[in-house]
Amino acid sequence: MTSVMGDRLQLFLYEGAGSRKLEAPRRGELFRALLEKGYAVSSIRDAVAEVASDALTLILGEFDQAPAALADHRFQVTNIQNVPAADVLTLVDKAREAAAAPVPGQWKPWFPVIDFSRCTNCMQCLSFCLFDVYGVSKEGKIQVQNNSNCKTECPACSRVCPEVAILFPKYKQGPIHGGEINSDDVRREAMKVDISALLGGDVYSALRDRSAKAKSRFSKERDEDRALKERLNCLSKLQQDMDIPGEVLAALPSLDEIQKKAEAAKARAQQALAAQRPLES
Amino acid sequence: MKVLYCHCTYARVIPAEVKQEVLAKLAASDLEFQAVPDLCEMSARRDPKLKQLAASGDVQIVACYPRAVKWLFSAADAPLPAEGVSILNMRELPAEQILHSISGVTS
Repeated sequence: MTSVMGDRLQLFLYEGAGSRKLEAPRRGELFRALLEKGYAVSSIRDAVAEVASDALTLILGEFDQAPAALADHRFQVTNIQNVPAADVLTLVDKAREAAAAPVPGQWKPWFPVIDFSRCTNCMQCLSFCLFDVYGVSKEGKIQVQNNSNCKTECPACSRVCPEVAILFPKYKQGPIHGGEINSDDVRREAMKVDISALLGGDVYSALRDRSAKAKSRFSKERDEDRALKERLNCLSKLQQDMDIPGEVLAALPSLDEIQKKAEAAKARAQQALAAQRPLES
Repeated sequence: MKVLYCHCTYARVIPAEVKQEVLAKLAASDLEFQAVPDLCEMSARRDPKLKQLAASGDVQIVACYPRAVKWLFSAADAPLPAEGVSILNMRELPAEQILHSISGVTS
């Protein structure tokens, strides 16, 4: 489903029998340091209840004696008495490397999340996205299939969703960030969505027309400056109106490739919609 | 009651002072809790811990917008039950109000 790797390191901060209770500032400092380096950590006072079979379970604590509750070959118990937080991080990094677990924080988790209480399975997002983020389940339902393909900070697909059903939890503004939706939002998003209007007609037709015009112009006039200016105007309008980062626009494939991708995506969407019609009837 | 705290490490959308205060107070309490760097990242790789949490049914999630959290769990095949789950939004609520809502923590 996703190309993002899982973690194989479980981290616990133990303060049960056989260990000292940490001072609150020390505990807070450890939590903050571990989280900011991308490690999940659970505080426990008792035995470890949930252990993943394929993960290294690292238990940190200020131990005076080896606690019986942790006498399990699956656990790596590490005494952090008098160990500064920075050195605790080094210990955890070494344990992660030994467990061949991936380095945390290599990917900024930016991807669309579908609110299925609003989604009507219209497949506009599938048709629109040029980066194959979306796909269709065996049941014919739209789903996010390649979330690491999504372009960081780009919320463009949420703009084309007529139901405001696509959210990006790390986006700065609502309702795309997941905040409640009101009728004004729906109306506003519906207006923004209308990329057709933005480009003066169906987006794919607009792209085709522009391609044809560009070819004709190049053959007759060779007005490269004008073509470049037109493209820059169009891109900057897209950038402003849809809040698409410049890097994403700069990374877009050529017009021909866009057309091919758009047509392929449109065909997939139509296929999925056609498959879902017999189920509805 | 389980408590899950999301630090939203890879973005700056939660006010820093809110998440630092909530984390500091959670850490200073006697409460057992799970702290994760980023709930989005866990959802993206369908972390089995999300399923365990959803199945436990009695959980307070300190993160961001409830609609986002709900569908992040759902995207990880770990739909949250309709009852027994409360989601506290650090993007909107002050730290004091969040801490007041978590039993076992004094703000």
